Amino acid sequence: MAYPYVSDHEIRIVSKYFGDPKQRRVETYVERGGYKALEKAFEMGPQGVIDEVKGSGLRGRGGAGFPTGVKWSFMPKDSGKPHYLLCNADESEPGTFKDRELMRWDPHQLIEGCLIGAYAIGAGHVYIYCRGEFFEVNQILARAVEDAYAKGYIGKDIFGSGNDLEVTVHQGAGAYICGEETGLMNSLEGKRGQPRVKPPFPAAVGAFGMPSTINNVETLAAVPHIVENGGDWYRGFGTEKSPGTKMFCVSGHVNKPGNYELPLGFPLMKLIEDVCGGMRDGRALKAVIPGGSSVPIIDAEESARCNLDYEGCIEVGTMLGCASVIVMDETADIVKQVRRMVDFYAHESCGQCTPCREGSSWTAQILKRIEEGRGTEEDLDTLMEMTQQMVGTTICVLSDSVAAPVQSSIEKFRDEYLALIRRGERVGAA
Amino acid sequence: MAEMVTLTIDGKEVSVRKGTTILEAAKQVGEEVPHYCYHPGLSSPAMCRMCLVEVEGAPKPMPGCVTTVAEGQVVNTQSGEARHHRQGVLEFYLVNHPLDCPICDMSGECYLQDYVHAEGRKHGRGREPKRVFGRDDFGGDVLFYGDRCVMCTRCVRFMSEVEQDHRLTVVERGNRSVIDTFFDEGLDGTHFHGNVVDICPVGALVSKDFLHKARAWDLTHTPSICTSCSQGCNIDHHTRDNLVQRLKPRENLDVNGWWICDYGRHNYEWMNHGDRLEAPLVRGGEPSGAMGWGDALRTLLERAADKKGSVKAVASPFASNESLGALKRLVDALGGGDIVYRSPRAEDEVTLEGFPTLVRRKDLSPNTGGAGRLGMKRVGDDEGHGGLENVANHDGVLIVLGDGLLDQAEAFGADAGLFVYLGTHGSAAAAEADIVLPITSHAEMEGTFTNYEGRVQRFWPSLDAPGMARPAWLVLGALAAELGRGSVVKTAAEAFAALAAEAPAFSGMTYDDIGTRGAVVNESVSLTGD
Repeated sequence: MAYPYVSDHEIRIVSKYFGDPKQRRVETYVERGGYKALEKAFEMGPQGVIDEVKGSGLRGRGGAGFPTGVKWSFMPKDSGKPHYLLCNADESEPGTFKDRELMRWDPHQLIEGCLIGAYAIGAGHVYIYCRGEFFEVNQILARAVEDAYAKGYIGKDIFGSGNDLEVTVHQGAGAYICGEETGLMNSLEGKRGQPRVKPPFPAAVGAFGMPSTINNVETLAAVPHIVENGGDWYRGFGTEKSPGTKMFCVSGHVNKPGNYELPLGFPLMKLIEDVCGGMRDGRALKAVIPGGSSVPIIDAEESARCNLDYEGCIEVGTMLGCASVIVMDETADIVKQVRRMVDFYAHESCGQCTPCREGSSWTAQILKRIEEGRGTEEDLDTLMEMTQQMVGTTICVLSDSVAAPVQSSIEKFRDEYLALIRRGERVGAA
Repeated sequence: MAEMVTLTIDGKEVSVRKGTTILEAAKQVGEEVPHYCYHPGLSSPAMCRMCLVEVEGAPKPMPGCVTTVAEGQVVNTQSGEARHHRQGVLEFYLVNHPLDCPICDMSGECYLQDYVHAEGRKHGRGREPKRVFGRDDFGGDVLFYGDRCVMCTRCVRFMSEVEQDHRLTVVERGNRSVIDTFFDEGLDGTHFHGNVVDICPVGALVSKDFLHKARAWDLTHTPSICTSCSQGCNIDHHTRDNLVQRLKPRENLDVNGWWICDYGRHNYEWMNHGDRLEAPLVRGGEPSGAMGWGDALRTLLERAADKKGSVKAVASPFASNESLGALKRLVDALGGGDIVYRSPRAEDEVTLEGFPTLVRRKDLSPNTGGAGRLGMKRVGDDEGHGGLENVANHDGVLIVLGDGLLDQAEAFGADAGLFVYLGTHGSAAAAEADIVLPITSHAEMEGTFTNYEGRVQRFWPSLDAPGMARPAWLVLGALAAELGRGSVVKTAAEAFAALAAEAPAFSGMTYDDIGTRGAVVNESVSLTGD
C-alpha cells in the first residue's frame, strides 16, 4: 500500500485501508468484515447502540468535540415525525483533509456508520452532504451507495430485519458556511446556506423542520468499529476524557505532511518530530495552528507543552478543533498567514450578522494594510477591540473564527506586526 | 387567561404573556431595544445583532427579538455590556456606510442616524476605502441606494411573507451581499410595494415620488384615514407649507396592520389642489354675489321658506359622518326627501395575502358605510356617474353636498326652486346653483368615516382651510338648528354627538370611545343603498 506516509505510531482503525483502491468495492469491503457491525447493531437495538457509543466516549470529530452518544440520545423517542441523520461531509476548514480521504478510500465504512447512526436515532433517511469541490469523492460515494443498494445493505428490509434505511448523497455548491450544521440544513432544503437561530436545536427542528442529528464523517466512520468491538475496546485508546483515535491532518513545514491516525493525547512535538519526520530543512519551529484555521495560533514554547486531545489544547489556550495541524517554521510570515486566513473567512461569511459581515472584511482590509507597511500601532488596538466584538455576538461561530487567529497572533507575535509597521513608517508608506 | 411570566427588565418587574420576546416585553417597561431586522409584522431572522441584551446567567448576549421571556429572568437592556455591544455593531454598520445624510431622504427619521447619535462612537476608526454598490431602480415607486443598506432584509421578507410575491432577494454573500430584483422584473405591477420604503430603517429604499421633496424634520404628521377605498386604512398625512407631501401607514391591527396599498399611498395630490371655492356665493335676486357666511345663510333660509316640502339631496361618500348627519337633519327640517349618493367601484379587490384583513376594496369611497347607515341610497354606475335623472329636473329644494357633478350637464338643477351647492371646487353643473357654499375637504377638518365593516374612525385636520371654507357639518348644522332641528353644533365632537343622538347605528358612541383605533357601529341596523 502506497499511501503517502505511514508511521509506526499510528493506530489505524478508520484509516486502515487508506491507499487501497480495492476497499472501495463493496465485495472487498464485505470480505474484510464490512456490514457485520450493521447486522450486530440491529440485534443490539437502537438504545443498545446509543449506550455502546456513549460508553465508548466517542466525541464529535468535526471540531466541537461533543459526545456522540449523548447527541443521539437528544433525539425524541416518539415524535411521530420522520427523523433524519445528516452526515456533514462539507469538509472545508483550511488545513483539513481527513474526511475527503475517509470517503475516498473507504466509502462503505462511512455508509455503514451512517446506517448504524440512523438506526440508533430512529431515522429512515440519511443525507450525506458532501462538499461540492470534492468531485471525485462525490462520484465514489455515489457509486458506493449504488452498490450498497444493489447488495441490499441500504433499502427496504435490510438483512430481513424489517429495518428500512435510505441514503442520499447531496453534492454541495461550494460554500464554507454550509458546513455549519444549520447552514447545511438550509442548503440541503434548497435555501440560502445561512445558519439558523438556535434554539430550536436540530434535535427538535432540523432538516425539513423534522428532528435531525448531524455528525461528522470521521465520527460516523468510527461507529462501525465501536459497535463491532465494543465501547471499552475504543476506550483503550487515547485519554480518559478524549478516548479513541483521531485523524491528524498535518500540513506546512514538516518533512512528511499527511493524514495520521493517532490516539488522542499524542504530544504535538512527537507528532512533528517522530511521525512527520521533523521540520523541513531542519529549521526551527515558529508556530502551530493545531485545529484548523479557526483556532488560536500557538507559539513554539506552547507547542512543546501541547498534548493533542480536547483538554490538552485548551490548556495551552487553543482548541483541538478538527485536528488539522498547520506547522510553520521560522521563515513563515505570520501576518501574511493570518491575513490570508481572514480573507478566507471574509469571503465565506454568509452575510447575515452584522459583526461578521462587516467585521470580517474590515479586519481583512486592516491586515492587508499592515502587511503592505501602511499600518499603525493603533490599528493593532482597533483589531483587538473589534474582533472582541465579533466573539459570541453572532448566530454561528464563523466570526469567532476570524477573531481567534487575529487575537492570538497579535498577542504572541506582536513584534512581527510592529516590524511591518516600523518598516512602513521608515519609508513613509503610512 | 394566558399563562403569564414575571421577569425583571432594567430593574423593573413586568408580567407578560408566556412566549413574548424580550424586545416586546421591554416595550412594556418603556425601554425601546434598538433593532433593525425585527419588525412586528415580519419573521425575525435575528441577524442585525442590534437588539443583543444582557440576560443574567446566559453565557452570551442574547438577541431580544427572538429570545422569549422566562420566569425570574433578569434582563439588562441598558447595561454597560449591552451598550458596548450596540456600539460595536454600530461601528461595523458605519464601516461601509456612505454617511451621505445631507442628501439622504431618510435623514431625520433614520434609525442608523438615531442610534449612532445616541450610542455610537464619537469618531469612526475606519480608514479603508468603502464598498460601493451604487443605485438601482427597483421599479414601481422604489429607488435602491445600495451603499446605505444595513442588510436587515425587511424588504425581502415583506415581499415574500406579506405581499407574497417574491420580487426581492439577497444576492451574493458576506459583505458583498446586496438586495436585488430578479433580472429586470422589479416591483412593477405589485400593489403594496410602497411599504418596503416605510419599513426600510435607513435610506436604502426611498420613494421616487417623495425623492428630495422635503426634509423629515420639516414635516408635520397628522393622523388621518385613507380615502381611496372603503377599507379605511389608518394613515398619517405628512404636511409641509400647507401641502400634503406624502401619506404613511399608521399601525392599526384591526384594519391595516402596518401597511397600506400603493393606490391609496399615492392618491393625495387632490388634497393640494388650488382653484378652491373660497367664499359663499349667491345668485339671482337680491342680495347676490360673494358675501359673508351670515348673509349667505340668511338669504338661503329666506328663499327656502316658501319651498318646504319637496327636497332632494345628493350627498358624497367622501363627506364625514358628521356632515352627512347634518345634511339629513337639514333635509328633514325642510320637509324631508330622498338623499342619494354616487360612488365609483373598482372591478376587483386586491388582497394583501400575508395580512388578509387589508384589502383594496371594490368600493372606492371612504364613507359609503356612513351614508348607507343614514339611509342614503347609492345611484349611478361604477364610474360614479349618472343616476341623477330624477334629481336634475327636481323643482323643489335641491341640495348637493360634496358631489362635483362633473358628469352632469350645465342645465343640472335649472328647474329647481332652490339649488344649494356645497363643494370644495366649482363645476359647470353647479353654474345654475342659487347658493354656492365653500366647504372643507376631509384633510382640513376633524371628523369620522365609517368603513366597509362599520368601523367608525376619526381623522384630524392636517391642512388649513382656504378662504372662508368651513366644514359642511358646521354649515348644515347651523341651518338645521335655525329651522328648529337640533341645537347649534360648534365642534366636530358635538356634531358627532348630534348624529349619535339621531342615528341608531351610531347611538352610544363618542369621540373618546372611538379614539385613534376606531369603534364598530351597532350592527343591528340593516344596511341600505348597497
